[in-house]
Amino acid sequence: MKNCYLARSRAVAARQIGEEMIIMSAADSTLFSLNPVAALIWQAADGQTPLARIVRDRICPEYEVEPEEALRDAEEFVAELAAHGILMIAESPILGSSPITVGTR
Amino acid sequence: MSLMEQLNRKALGLGVPLSVHLDVTYHCNERCEHCYLEHDGTNELTTAEIRNFLRQFADAGVFFLTISGGEPLLRRDCFEIIEFARELSFNVKLKTNAVLVREKEARRLREAGVEQVQVSVYSHKPEVHDAITKLPGSLSRTLAGIRCMRAEGLKVTLANVLMRNNAQDYAGVQALAAESGSHYTLDPTITPMLNGESSILSLRLPPEELRGVFHDERLVENVQDFCALPGPIDDEIREGIPCSAGHTSCYVSPWGDVYPCVQFPLVCGNLRETPFSEIWANSAQLIEVRSIRAKHLSTCSSCSHLGTCTRCPGLAFMEGNMRGPSSADCEKSYVRTGVVTAGMLAGHSGSARVSSGTALVQIQL
Repeated sequence: MKNCYLARSRAVAARQIGEEMIIMSAADSTLFSLNPVAALIWQAADGQTPLARIVRDRICPEYEVEPEEALRDAEEFVAELAAHGILMIAESPILGSSPITVGTR
Repeated sequence: MSLMEQLNRKALGLGVPLSVHLDVTYHCNERCEHCYLEHDGTNELTTAEIRNFLRQFADAGVFFLTISGGEPLLRRDCFEIIEFARELSFNVKLKTNAVLVREKEARRLREAGVEQVQVSVYSHKPEVHDAITKLPGSLSRTLAGIRCMRAEGLKVTLANVLMRNNAQDYAGVQALAAESGSHYTLDPTITPMLNGESSILSLRLPPEELRGVFHDERLVENVQDFCALPGPIDDEIREGIPCSAGHTSCYVSPWGDVYPCVQFPLVCGNLRETPFSEIWANSAQLIEVRSIRAKHLSTCSSCSHLGTCTRCPGLAFMEGNMRGPSSADCEKSYVRTGVVTAGMLAGHSGSARVSSGTALVQIQL
């Protein structure tokens, strides 16, 4: 996956509960629970930052993991969320993807 | 355990108010004869107040937000409220009679990302539905609104409150739901008005008709399980909480009063005076509600139905004791199973005390 840009779908609800991010798609009412690593990627999905940079700048410094391995895992994760319509993926920056506010608790 | 059950358990452990039911107005364009509200619309929350309180809910961890009324779409700022709630990333459910919904409104709800819309439909017959709502032409207008929402792909649930006047019509409403691709939920719940007035309880289904509903295989997926004799009671049941009210959910009135639940009119604080997080954490009323376990219930703790009864603490509260029985739920346990409840033996029979009994079983189909 080259130059992978991510943006959060506007048709989802999301909230951080403890260490987990919970997300529900309005399209099919499916509930997802993201672990802290996945939540980091979700929060960084602003449509402008490539996945590789998210992994390099946000994941690797936080967790002791090899960049290549982390990127492979991240690609699998974003592909899965994209299949559910939770994330949008494109090879160029995604215009008009405004960040949503996610309260934390 | 499903993800939703895990989420509820986690929220309970962390003390997070996962769900808030917000009535944005008590104004309504219908006058349903079983309605528990007075349609007084004075001094309701302003747009700015609601935006402020929605931010507070999000900060507290609220995820599920139900926007209801009255008829919420009577507020000119209703879409602004919904859209702001979505900006804050709530899962938004709207309860409306859909009388004011047409293509433009349906499109806006879909574009806002409303997760589901619940619409009250009482009968497939206009003369029955309109007589209940007291708004001529309301069934036709409601069904037109439902069609518009379905055309936009919105998930719609037809909520069918069942009472004496429409007791024979639930199959017709089910058919309307199927025709429109909507979900259907039946609710034989008639509650006292929030001001304590109880004359509307005479609309409740009599026990023999309720028995028929509970044993109808078109409504209940597994009648044998649903109507089974109560099972053994263990410590997990005795240590259990009655429901989510006040634990992971609460209600907010159009004036900012916070209750444990819309059916539990115990004022725990007011958002115009106290931040939501403070009310949620420190309200003496909420702390008391949270302290109650099944083993603490004055009559019900010795009842064989303790593990399966739908006892509503709010209805019990309206009968005078939040730790006491809810006579309507005693009646439901009895008509489901044929086994008399401890509450009935103690004189809390719903059928014997129509003035204070109510109904509270919801069958999700």
